[in-house]
Amino acid sequence: MSALDQTPPPFFRRGPAPLAILIFYSALSVALFVLDMRFHALDLLRQGVSIVTDPLQRLAQLPLRLASEGTDYFRAINALREDNRAHQAARLRAAPDLARLAQLEAENAHLRRLLALRERDQVNGQAASILYAARDPFSRRVYLDKGMQHGLRQGQPVIDDAGIVGQVTQVFPFSAEVTLLTDKDQAVPVQILRTGQRSVTFGLGNGQMELRHMPVNADVAVGDELVTSGLDGIYPSGFPVAKVTQVERDSAYAFARIIVVPSAAVESHGMVMALDYRPETQPRPPETKEAAGQDAPPVRQRSRVRRAAAP
Amino acid sequence: MRKTLPPTVRILRSARPWFIALSLLLALLLDLLPTRQWVFMPDWVMLTLCFWSMREWRIFGMGYAFLLGLIMDVANGAALGQHALAYVLLHYAAARLSRRILQFPLKQQSLHVLPLFLGVTAIQIVIRLMAGSDFPGWREFISPLMASLLWLPVAFLLIAPQYRPDERDDTRPI
Repeated sequence: MSALDQTPPPFFRRGPAPLAILIFYSALSVALFVLDMRFHALDLLRQGVSIVTDPLQRLAQLPLRLASEGTDYFRAINALREDNRAHQAARLRAAPDLARLAQLEAENAHLRRLLALRERDQVNGQAASILYAARDPFSRRVYLDKGMQHGLRQGQPVIDDAGIVGQVTQVFPFSAEVTLLTDKDQAVPVQILRTGQRSVTFGLGNGQMELRHMPVNADVAVGDELVTSGLDGIYPSGFPVAKVTQVERDSAYAFARIIVVPSAAVESHGMVMALDYRPETQPRPPETKEAAGQDAPPVRQRSRVRRAAAP
Repeated sequence: MRKTLPPTVRILRSARPWFIALSLLLALLLDLLPTRQWVFMPDWVMLTLCFWSMREWRIFGMGYAFLLGLIMDVANGAALGQHALAYVLLHYAAARLSRRILQFPLKQQSLHVLPLFLGVTAIQIVIRLMAGSDFPGWREFISPLMASLLWLPVAFLLIAPQYRPDERDDTRPI
């Protein structure tokens, strides 16, 4: 018995068995996966790892950027001259309108005050350029070249010159992740410009969006424009979101199937602007007398607009 | 007549850790290039990782595979643990099968690694389907096919430094 008690000499030390290591790391991966997908509890870890990956990403983008900037340089002078001429012409054309703008604004403010409407919030923004699109085939996300250091924060709406592009869903120290409108189940509360009817669009994950929960006989036509309704307190109201391209009415279903496509160049690269829009949200009115004391402000979930479900 | 080893069997020098690290870093950079719209683009990190876990699993342990997976997850905006799990399983499978696969010449090895690469893609898709994503389409399986086609050149490049003979000889061309 005593011979078996001895440990073997340390000639062939091999560490734990590979299967044990495999099980350990697999369990760790699955735990991370669950924590991340279900509880969104690992933002700090993501930010930590992104400090390593950020420089690498910029390095990988470098050759492409150099090439495009090099060709730009040689084309620039002619293009600038053309631009200059075009801008001057445009300015001349816009001059009369501009002169009237101040007067129109004053008049508008006056009318709004008459209507006892609150003045629309002035929205500031920060321009950023899209670094690259995520390789993940399951989601529609892009990364911006601005981050925490530039004052971006989670939940900011992102627009381009034609409308809403998406929403900032993760902020890293030097970059930020934007979930596009077309990401699966990304919701935006909208209003049909023609009829004023409110609804919510949901991304389909294939570059299109869907207007859900509209009755079969709803007044929606192909070509209708949708703008943000501003009811969620995340997107400021009045920004173009999408255009209706297809309406299927089947009386077998309670709802019409309405496909819309985003107005903004959501799936292409370019410059975007993250809006700094912080409306003063009113506290929710208490539903019952008893619950009045415990009513906490609504928690904003990552990448979801929760309160937008009811049109 | 002298008996010699068959020409395919050569005694290699040992791999250097800095070369392993450098090759993995280059693979990572290749993966971070904006190539999302090209479906045939292979996962370079997977390819390199498979090579090293087959050849050098004693120094290139499973922990490194896990770390690389985490980096890929963050850099690609995937769910944390998605690449990590796939890479850890790939490391295990490659290290277990290395005795058999390394018997074959490089060309036939690429057929042997194909199921491993398909498995990596399948694991990632299954784990995301379980979390409620949509099926991204069969096009995703083009990339592992491409990776196994690229096995021959990539493996040749990665093994080349170890072919260097030990003694210096200025008259030899390489």
